[in-house]
Amino acid sequence: MNLSGKGFSIFANIVLVILSLCCVLPILLLLSSSLTSETALMKHGYAFIPSQFSLEAYQYLWYSRDQILTAYQMTVLATLIGTVSNVTITTLLAYPLSRTTLPGRNFFSFAVFFTLLFNGGMIPSYLMWTQVFNIKDTFWSLIIPNLLMNGFGVIIMRTYFTTSIPNEILEAARIDGAGENRTLVSIVLPLSKPILSTIALLSGLAYWNDWLNGLYYLVKRTDFYTIQNLLNRLIASADFISNNAANSALTAGITVPSVGVRMAIAVIALIPIMIIYPFLQKGFVKGIVIGSVKG
Amino acid sequence: MQSKNKSLHHQILKHMPLYFMMIPGLAYMFINNYMPLAGLQLAFKKFKYALGIWQSPWSGLKNFTYLFKTGDAWLIIRNTIGYNLVFIILGTLFAIIVAILLNEVQKKKAQQTYQTVILLPHLISYVIVSYIVYALLGESNGMINNSILKPLGMNAIPWYTEAKYWPYILSSIQLWKTFGYSSIIYFATILGIDRSYYEAAVVDGASVWKQITCITLPMLKPVIITLTLLSIGRIFYSDFGLFYQVPMNTGLLYNVTNTIDTYVYRGLLETNDVGRASAAGFIQSVLGFLLVLGTNAAVRVVEKEQALF
Repeated sequence: MNLSGKGFSIFANIVLVILSLCCVLPILLLLSSSLTSETALMKHGYAFIPSQFSLEAYQYLWYSRDQILTAYQMTVLATLIGTVSNVTITTLLAYPLSRTTLPGRNFFSFAVFFTLLFNGGMIPSYLMWTQVFNIKDTFWSLIIPNLLMNGFGVIIMRTYFTTSIPNEILEAARIDGAGENRTLVSIVLPLSKPILSTIALLSGLAYWNDWLNGLYYLVKRTDFYTIQNLLNRLIASADFISNNAANSALTAGITVPSVGVRMAIAVIALIPIMIIYPFLQKGFVKGIVIGSVKG
Repeated sequence: MQSKNKSLHHQILKHMPLYFMMIPGLAYMFINNYMPLAGLQLAFKKFKYALGIWQSPWSGLKNFTYLFKTGDAWLIIRNTIGYNLVFIILGTLFAIIVAILLNEVQKKKAQQTYQTVILLPHLISYVIVSYIVYALLGESNGMINNSILKPLGMNAIPWYTEAKYWPYILSSIQLWKTFGYSSIIYFATILGIDRSYYEAAVVDGASVWKQITCITLPMLKPVIITLTLLSIGRIFYSDFGLFYQVPMNTGLLYNVTNTIDTYVYRGLLETNDVGRASAAGFIQSVLGFLLVLGTNAAVRVVEKEQALF
């Protein structure tokens, strides 16, 4: 590939190894801290290598698992429902917009593009969702505001349809008597797996990592908290979990390892991403590249 | 004329199934993106929860004069734009350098691994980032105080109360979290450059540096312009997680961590000061929009091809 000599290549490798370490080590710090005993953490602080290996943070989490499992369920549910809805709605809007013959196509495309340039900001959205749609303290507040569809996704999907699906195929389907729905489902979608998985990936990640909707809209119903909301709450008050779990912890005779337990929950929230990511990495990189091409 | 109308009517009827498909998306877009625009009028009203957006009484420019009188406006605008400028300049430079280095790696496997690893920070939410930062900077338990400063015989630094460090901390975190993403965009562009340019350059005896400045950078220019244009359009926006969550909403740090987004959030949900917050939000929406139009027009004049619209 490269034409510029070995010396520069070695230099490049050294720099990239250092950068890679910078990306990985902070994450490992979380992991090792969660595996260090509470007394060692109190004495020596968080460190890359556990000075005293211990699973007590995870044991404690196990004793108070109800709250964490519920939060986990909420995250998984919101991510699944949200991602499926997002991909569906995005496809249903992007496909018609990719059809050059559709009257009003330019107007609707512009309406989508305009949402990327101008928006009302947080206060008007918040007041609308809470006062007009009464979304506060409902499960739907995790799914609907802001994340359900995004103009950017519509535009890159439309671009994909126009550039990667030859008009002749659509024409042939029409001549064979396939209706629009049929054409979309059995001709267009099977040819569009790359873009569908890209949108699904971006949306899935957004839902998994989202904590803003919960922060804005879940005030009383903390039982709808996702794992990110729980973490967000815990950083402000580590006792949010121990309050509920104090009884079970007391009866089990363990102390509350508040310093390590935060890191353990953070690790638990990260694990699924870290497990899935290597498999999806290629699609993800492709998605970034597709997304960077202007629509 | 009549036949044209007729054929348009016919065309619309023919495409009915397609219009039906668009209903959920358009409806959502209308609700989520267009309806809140009406709420921008709040910047000129004295908001009362009981009366709602439309019924609340007008208050002229009071919200704005109040916002600017307290000095809050200057501070949050300075912080928002200042950080963004640093992010744009450092982020672009850094991403281009990393992309060029990635391209110099000869082993395909290694190249893949680097790409995978530098994207990791992008996948982590700011809530978790704030845990990592706390593990590093916490005063009594933090790794930097305990494992670096203490062995060196230095005093522990109370990071979360010293505002002077935070511009550097926040900039580094932002860079850490985003460089992988933009590096990969630039790297993909470099991969698309015709190899024969480089071959010819080597035949002519061009050095590595010459190849970078005379081939790679000019070929990257369109992407650099597009990405910078997009960032300039977002210059009045900040990542709420970075500025609220990572410094743990610490009051002592507000001077260097308060941006328009954190200010608006606190005004609405913590200090119940909807008036000033709406005024700040209005400035963000409208100036941000004008800025995109302005920069895009400027780019159109200089390089028509690279304009966004």
